[in-house]
Amino acid sequence: MKITDYLKEHILYLDGGMGTLLQAHGLCPGELPERWNISHPEVIKAIHREYFNAGSNVVNTNTFGANCLKFSPEELEDIVRSAIDNARAALAESQGKQPKWVALDVGPTGRMLKPYGDLDFDDAVSVFAQTVKLGVKYGADLIMIETMNDSYETKAALLAAKEHSDLPVFVSNAYGEDGKLMTGATPTAMVAMLEGLGADAVGVNCSLGPKALVGVVEEYLRYASVPVLLKPNAGLPKAVNGETVYDVFPDEFAEDVASLIRCGVRIAGGCCGTTPDYISATIKASADILPVTVEKKNITCVSSYTHAVVFGESPILIGERINPTGKKRFKEALKAHDVDYILKEGIAQQEKGVHILDVNVGLPEIDETEMLKTAVCELQAIINLPLQIDTSDPVAMEAALRRYNGKAMINSVNGKQESMDAVFQLAKKYGGLVVALTLDENGIPDKAEDRLAIARKILSESEKYGIEKKDIIFDPLAMTVSADQNAAKETLRAVGLIQSELGCHTSLGVSNVSFGLPGRDMVNGAFFALALGQGLSAAIMNPYSQEMMKAYYTYRTLAGLDDNCADYIAFAETVPQAVAPAAPEKNATAPSEDEFASELQRAIIKGLKEQAAGLTERMLATVTPLQIVQEDIIPALNTVGEGFENKTVYLPQLLMSAEAAKAAFEVIKLRMSGETATDKCAFVVATVKGDIHDIGKNIVKLILENYGFPVTDLGRDVSPEAVVKETVRLHASIVGLSALMTTTVPAMEETIKQLRREAPWCKIVVGGAVLNQEYADAIGADKYAKDAMETVRYAEEINRSLKGAYNDF
Amino acid sequence: MVNMVLTRTYSAPAFDKKEIFRYAGVRGGAPELDTLLQECLNEVESKLVYRVCYREFAVTHHDSYLDLGFIKTESMGLKKNLFCCESIVLFAATVGIEIDRLIARYATVSPTKSLLFQAIGAERIESLCDVFCREIAEEKAKLGFQTRPRFSAGYGDFPLEAQKEIFAVLDCSRKIGLTLNQSLLMSPSKSVTAIIGVGK
Repeated sequence: MKITDYLKEHILYLDGGMGTLLQAHGLCPGELPERWNISHPEVIKAIHREYFNAGSNVVNTNTFGANCLKFSPEELEDIVRSAIDNARAALAESQGKQPKWVALDVGPTGRMLKPYGDLDFDDAVSVFAQTVKLGVKYGADLIMIETMNDSYETKAALLAAKEHSDLPVFVSNAYGEDGKLMTGATPTAMVAMLEGLGADAVGVNCSLGPKALVGVVEEYLRYASVPVLLKPNAGLPKAVNGETVYDVFPDEFAEDVASLIRCGVRIAGGCCGTTPDYISATIKASADILPVTVEKKNITCVSSYTHAVVFGESPILIGERINPTGKKRFKEALKAHDVDYILKEGIAQQEKGVHILDVNVGLPEIDETEMLKTAVCELQAIINLPLQIDTSDPVAMEAALRRYNGKAMINSVNGKQESMDAVFQLAKKYGGLVVALTLDENGIPDKAEDRLAIARKILSESEKYGIEKKDIIFDPLAMTVSADQNAAKETLRAVGLIQSELGCHTSLGVSNVSFGLPGRDMVNGAFFALALGQGLSAAIMNPYSQEMMKAYYTYRTLAGLDDNCADYIAFAETVPQAVAPAAPEKNATAPSEDEFASELQRAIIKGLKEQAAGLTERMLATVTPLQIVQEDIIPALNTVGEGFENKTVYLPQLLMSAEAAKAAFEVIKLRMSGETATDKCAFVVATVKGDIHDIGKNIVKLILENYGFPVTDLGRDVSPEAVVKETVRLHASIVGLSALMTTTVPAMEETIKQLRREAPWCKIVVGGAVLNQEYADAIGADKYAKDAMETVRYAEEINRSLKGAYNDF
Repeated sequence: MVNMVLTRTYSAPAFDKKEIFRYAGVRGGAPELDTLLQECLNEVESKLVYRVCYREFAVTHHDSYLDLGFIKTESMGLKKNLFCCESIVLFAATVGIEIDRLIARYATVSPTKSLLFQAIGAERIESLCDVFCREIAEEKAKLGFQTRPRFSAGYGDFPLEAQKEIFAVLDCSRKIGLTLNQSLLMSPSKSVTAIIGVGK
């Protein structure tokens, strides 16, 4: 019988702890338990057999840490083969009459994935793939991914299991006492992602006893449309008279688990500290319970690596600003591979209160696939909002979905067959909430009823892929009202129809409606409010638009979604009540008079970002950009820099000034867009291979940029080859290398060696906690710089000598 | 002595602003940074966890080396630190991944804040270690033992490579979500592993 069929009618019982029992049999601290499959097969078989005898339907093979990071390929194969053989033999020898299966156990690698660790996502997928392939080869009945405490690693394991087997896959995560994974994900977020990727069951194991997991399990039961699994510890280990004991005993454990089975748990077992006694007690305690039917929850949601965003009563705001369309500065940033620019747009929109970020980086001149992948990875490193991946290129879409740490919004599919063929296949594999535009080969219908018809067609096509209705959100397309005076009306009707006829959620790109009209913001705000009244669930919008935000907050209050009107009141306080024409901003004046320094200089010296930007803006009306740089910004930076060198200014203050100067530069850059603004030599910075500390390097970069050097930042953990390649490509005059740890100094030395060979013209400056003049000399650097200011001074010196050299010609 | 990995979770120890400024490279007070630091503290407060896992081992003293039960070492520094000790408490502590995310997030929009978060992280993990070590010292004192100052891999001649053995016996990834990279760096970065000597 197939395990998934058995599960439809029965409670499925798993086994209990393995590691704790092996320790009792003499496994030493630090010894790898997986080797016992080969060295102590009788012990392993006996443990499996006792679980089957106790009534377990499934035992997990002793392969928790069996992966190619810990074992050679040959040993890994021996381990997986003997582990499955041991479980099979135990199954054959056991007495229980219950249906029995052997699960290939897949635990975490013990390494953290990038960007906060050093294991690449694709590498993690291949690591799990090797174990999965062996499990399939040697005849496992299912795959049990368990004790995962990071959502990204869980995704890598599940993806590997789905790509390399047709076996059922159960996925279980380990939650902390705060009800989250160690890296922050909530149960709802995990359910959303794992169901999207096609897990056959999801749930919880390890870390705590059954009572402490009640909240987490209840959240699973509320959101999951697949069976929920529970495999808790026997409580927490405690030291009693020099012995370690777990503090929940079999009877109490069984009762607690049984009561959760009554609430809907369908797969139950035990983890650390549990024994066959716990399993038999649990089976006894739950023998009379009728399995609770697993209901389809019909919840529309997306998730990030920390939380889920559920579509329903309260409108969802999707920030539209990460999109180069019509934005000159954004296009330039994309061409220059300036990812920081994208990140800033993301952070700023999050601070404005959006719930999801749309990410569109399509530009004909760039490699969209590479850029989209980079943007998604970098955004999800520092912003915990779910992303809406916005591209018409299926290759770019797949690259981004694969790397996305959660369940993404997919923007978009439409009623054209070609579009549906490409997008639904990806949505089926990676999961996601698909935005479906109601247009097809014949264009956008005028009438709401015809758009509804296209929506129906899209739904029936998605059904063929097994994609549920809840995972499609329709965009009935806001058309320009100035071109057709019924345009807005029909779109609003379509929103209502799709909701009432199909029961589906809707989303709109609002701002298109006002195209060609004056005061567009007003029209957008009113249209948004009307659409919300029709039941619109989400809008792709500009969160800097005051009118849109007004519509959002007032709607929530009027629709009874805002407790005590609290959100509205807080928002209203931020809305300027300006009636009189705007006077010059008061705070644009920097404090403290100083007859030698200009206002802008003082703002920079005091580290006042907004003021520096505002003053620059004003000055640009009368003064040339170059003059501002030379007469205000640079002198101010020099004042601060000298203060730093004389120890009257400390690092945080130096940075505040640098940020203020950068804000001023950003204003100037906007003005000078397109013109080349620098006469300084190219500078490449990197943290060397093996090292992931980049604070020092980032500071150096910021200060160098202040002084007008075009800095190319290669990031951290950069191979010597990559440094050489970029230095040669740019013919950079200076390379700055940073290392924090003694262990990575050899990598720095190797980088220098390769640079000397391939780019003999460049000067190399090194810095970082472990370095000093002596080290720098030993590894052949041109210069050791103890801090950012010294690096700037050196760069200026090189720059002068280079220009001098040119002048000599 | 308990031969098993145990875990403890703490609530936030009091913040020491002076210490944070010291880690940020500011000597003496810096009133103009106070507001900024307070913003950072408000943002960080609810995001940190304070987790420790630990395990005890007997120590055997030999002429040329120490046997700590999970590793043999010739480190003179450690030998001196563990003089007359009968056992050790080996521990790993972390304040979690969120501080790394904040440091990275602000590296883009405000390097000053990024630096302050870096300093806060350093102060937090040291405070956590202090709290744990004090607790162990009190517990051992009741049994008539004294503890020694904590000693980490990488101090003096006790090689950083010992991190591999430490992670193997403490099961850090499973117990507190702490991992070791190939270059022996820890993630989350604001984490510490150390040995506390226990003797008469």
